[in-house]
Amino acid sequence: MEIIRRKAVLALYKFYLIAPNQVQHIHIKFRKALCDRDVGVMAASLHIYLRMIKENSSAYKDLTGSFVTILKQVVGGKLPIDFNYHSVPAPWLQIQLLRILGLLGKDDQRTSELMYDVLDESLRRAELNHNVTYAILFECVHTVYSIYPKSELLEKAAKCIGKFVLSPKINLKYLGLKALTYVIQQDPTLALQHQMTIIECLDHPDPIIKRETLELLYRITNAQNITVIVQKMLEYLHQSKEEYIIVNLVGKIAELAEKYAPDNAWFIQTMNAVFSVGGDVMHPDIPNNFLRLLAEGFDDETENQQLRLYAVQSYFTLLDVENVFYPQRFLQVMSWVLGEYSYLLDKETPEEVITKLYKLLRSDSISSETKAWIIAAVTKLTPQAHSSNVVERLIQEFTTSLDTCLRQHAFELKHLHENVKFMKGLLPVDKSCEDMVVDASLSFLDGFVAEELSQGAAPYKPHHQRQEEKLSQEKVLSFEPYGLSFSSSGFSGRQSPAGISLGSDISGNSTETGLKETNSLKLEGIKKLWGKEGYLPKKESKTGDETEALPVPQENIIMENVDQIITKNDQSQALTQSKEEKEKQLLASSLFVGLGSESTINLLGKADTLSHKFRRKSKVKETKSGQTTTAQNMTCSSFSSSSNVTYEEDYYLDHLQDRGDKEVKKFSLNSELLDSESLTELPLVEKISNCRLSAPSLFADNNMEVFHPPQSTAASVASEISLAASLLEETTEHMHSDLTEVCNNETISVSSYKIWKDECLLMVWSVFNKSASELKSANLEIAPAENFKITEQPGCCLPVIEAESTKNFQYSVQMEKPFTEGNLSGFINYQVMDTHSVQLEFSVNLSLLDFIRPLKISTEDFGKLWLSFANDVKQNVKMSESQAALPSTLKALQQELRLHVVDIIGNEGLLACQLLPSIPCLLHFRVHGDMLALWFRSSCSTLPDYLLYQCQKVMEGS
Amino acid sequence: MIKFFLMVNKQGQTRLSKYYEHVEINKRTLLETEVIKSCLSRSNEQCSFIEYKDFKLIYRQYAALFIVVGVNDTENEMAIYEFIHNFVEVLDDYFSRVSELDVSFFSAVNQVFHSTWQRTGWS
Repeated sequence: MEIIRRKAVLALYKFYLIAPNQVQHIHIKFRKALCDRDVGVMAASLHIYLRMIKENSSAYKDLTGSFVTILKQVVGGKLPIDFNYHSVPAPWLQIQLLRILGLLGKDDQRTSELMYDVLDESLRRAELNHNVTYAILFECVHTVYSIYPKSELLEKAAKCIGKFVLSPKINLKYLGLKALTYVIQQDPTLALQHQMTIIECLDHPDPIIKRETLELLYRITNAQNITVIVQKMLEYLHQSKEEYIIVNLVGKIAELAEKYAPDNAWFIQTMNAVFSVGGDVMHPDIPNNFLRLLAEGFDDETENQQLRLYAVQSYFTLLDVENVFYPQRFLQVMSWVLGEYSYLLDKETPEEVITKLYKLLRSDSISSETKAWIIAAVTKLTPQAHSSNVVERLIQEFTTSLDTCLRQHAFELKHLHENVKFMKGLLPVDKSCEDMVVDASLSFLDGFVAEELSQGAAPYKPHHQRQEEKLSQEKVLSFEPYGLSFSSSGFSGRQSPAGISLGSDISGNSTETGLKETNSLKLEGIKKLWGKEGYLPKKESKTGDETEALPVPQENIIMENVDQIITKNDQSQALTQSKEEKEKQLLASSLFVGLGSESTINLLGKADTLSHKFRRKSKVKETKSGQTTTAQNMTCSSFSSSSNVTYEEDYYLDHLQDRGDKEVKKFSLNSELLDSESLTELPLVEKISNCRLSAPSLFADNNMEVFHPPQSTAASVASEISLAASLLEETTEHMHSDLTEVCNNETISVSSYKIWKDECLLMVWSVFNKSASELKSANLEIAPAENFKITEQPGCCLPVIEAESTKNFQYSVQMEKPFTEGNLSGFINYQVMDTHSVQLEFSVNLSLLDFIRPLKISTEDFGKLWLSFANDVKQNVKMSESQAALPSTLKALQQELRLHVVDIIGNEGLLACQLLPSIPCLLHFRVHGDMLALWFRSSCSTLPDYLLYQCQKVMEGS
Repeated sequence: MIKFFLMVNKQGQTRLSKYYEHVEINKRTLLETEVIKSCLSRSNEQCSFIEYKDFKLIYRQYAALFIVVGVNDTENEMAIYEFIHNFVEVLDDYFSRVSELDVSFFSAVNQVFHSTWQRTGWS
């Protein structure tokens, strides 16, 4: 039996891996498996939990206690003896549990505190000398450093790492280095303790150990030790032949060089080494970033010019060397830099540079792509040159080239060359960062177009439109992601791609334009981070750096003392040490400099600010974070815009006005507003007509009093004031459901209705006192439910409900995790005539739809959001006859599910909604005959499933 | 995460292979030869973990037979290393002194493999 349960859990795990939202409904079963009396079943369920916690640890914090208890039992040897491996109880199970605890306790002090004891015990118990205990210890150390820190545990873990690193066993050493690499970011002083071991590992005969050590050094690199570390990395790079390692290391070196380069010469030389070794396998971002860095520069303009000049000089000399083959990418970088910045050279004339480039152009080992770069460079240099023999020769040679691309470039050069004045205007010196004003609409061709059209030519259609037509003709499902067609719509109009490529060719600045193109596609709104002089909010990055250094000052001072003692000891031993040892010491001091306190940095006399000129990488990161914040802003703004829209209810208003109630005056202003707004908003007519006040007598009562507790979700004064307005206003502003009676007895009747507010669901319970006497200490309480966050309102205990009057209790309800149907229950109690208290229970059903609100976004935003969501669900639904047309389907969905129609393109529709508070869900649908292909995407894994279910219900229902 | 599990002898013949991530059949042979080549190039003094492309190989040698496990970066190498030994111990028990022949000719190895696999905590 156990084995079947275990296999079933493992099968579910596989299901979960393939389609997480298909097993959503059996999460309770997972919990059951975790508590299974059989260890095997429990262990199997850990896979699922490890996975789920990795994805969203906050949802499983409540299980921390269970995991801790299980681990305690395992560590304490409470499992059956056959789970032991070399007398260690269930080692792999322990590792799994430690991993889960590490994920749960990350950045969470309260959860971490629960596990301190068991981690301590694990560290203590695992002292047996066996490989598998080392594996457990390693995991323990990892967990201790992942969770909220506790100094005692950290100390023990550090000791453990020390044991690993110093072990003569090579596998343990490897493990120690790996642990050290992980730990080092939080506690750089640990590297100081083990510096000599690290140095030894750096020269270890095993390349894997060396590689791991370099990884470690990469983490502790700073402005002081960069040269030594990069040198070590380059040494390793020259020895290794495996492509993957080269790509990886080259990327790291480039990153470090940009971050911490001490001076221009070093930076250029290092990048030269990177380009010549990394060659054509490295990531294309590296040369692109490098060129951008050169072009955009930093704050200091003279510094920029020096860097550029140094680069130009260095490439000039590199090209002098005979019989050396440089990778194509390197040559491309060289030719771009020479083309842009050769004017900085004093002695060498542009002619000399052109001659060099021409020589390069004629060599056989160069790809045609590189040749295009070189010709672009020559084109840029031509207006600066006085005599142009070489250029003419080049034109002559390449206008007959068999390569069409080269031939085109040569012809461009030829025609430009004929009009030197125009050429100078087109190719200004040092203007690579400035946009050239180009007539992108190609308006000068308008006459030509008109002529062709008058002769019967078909009008131009943009690419996405053509594609759409083709697809609709073929009547097949589009499997292409939305992003493609939406992004191409950015280029719609008459700005054809040809115009763009032409512009880039002429300016000879293809990388730059390329970057701008991608910017315009994806990185909207972040452009301002980059100014002409480079990165604009530069100060921020520096302050960020300072805070980085802050957290360890006290320890550092201690460590420094220790360090001094160590060096003193070293000095006393120095006499006996061999020369080799001394070299190692020297290396150590150069490697681990800057890891101590701030004072050591100052002693070295290097200002910290000076070393951070090349802070490219951090900038990139910041732009990224900027991007995400703008994205958040975007969703925020769309959210707020949607909250401006209210669910009007003209019908209801009319109804009220007909009644000629006293309250009418109050609403007249409102209704005016509503009328004007209802024109813009597609009204939810059907739903609204359903929502009528079923018990008007309640409101007709002149004696009516409305109770308004302050709303705690939006606790601003403004909202309080608005809430202080009457309830009726609220109900008219927002859609609300029928008033239904939930419970009653001879004295009271409790009715409830839902108000679908924009930011939450407001539940209102109206208590009507039917009796002729007043009720005392009436109290309404709502039981806490698993899926909801119910905001309790102060003052829900009313002292008195007068005879034949109504009191209202309001609760705002938020959903904590998606579900289809939920139940809210509560009770009301009151006292009659100071004698006995009566309690009445009731419950209300809530569905997911109560928490769905339209999400107003543009088609473009839709495209972006669509691509960013990972969870999707597709389903074909058969439509009933009444819905066979797209508009009616849309209308049904809009009305029943409160979806926002973003756009309709042909027979496809885009809808968007959000689950409160702000989980967006997008729906794409397409009509094929009587079939409707629904495709949901959301950031939440369960939401699409539920919405699909609701959609199906709507389809069946009407 | 474990990506694959291989039993290969020194001649490069694969005795058992399990992939936990889709790899095309023809690429498997290539991968297996490359993996065994890099294992053979290692000496006893070197550690039992190798970097191979973007994942790690953990290997153990039993006579002429190599057992190699490919994992991604998040895995605990030592735990896998010991898992290999555990598997061999189980095989040894099952066949009473296991040899390469047993591994090559008995499909029971698969069975043993799976139970050990699940029992010890991977799946």
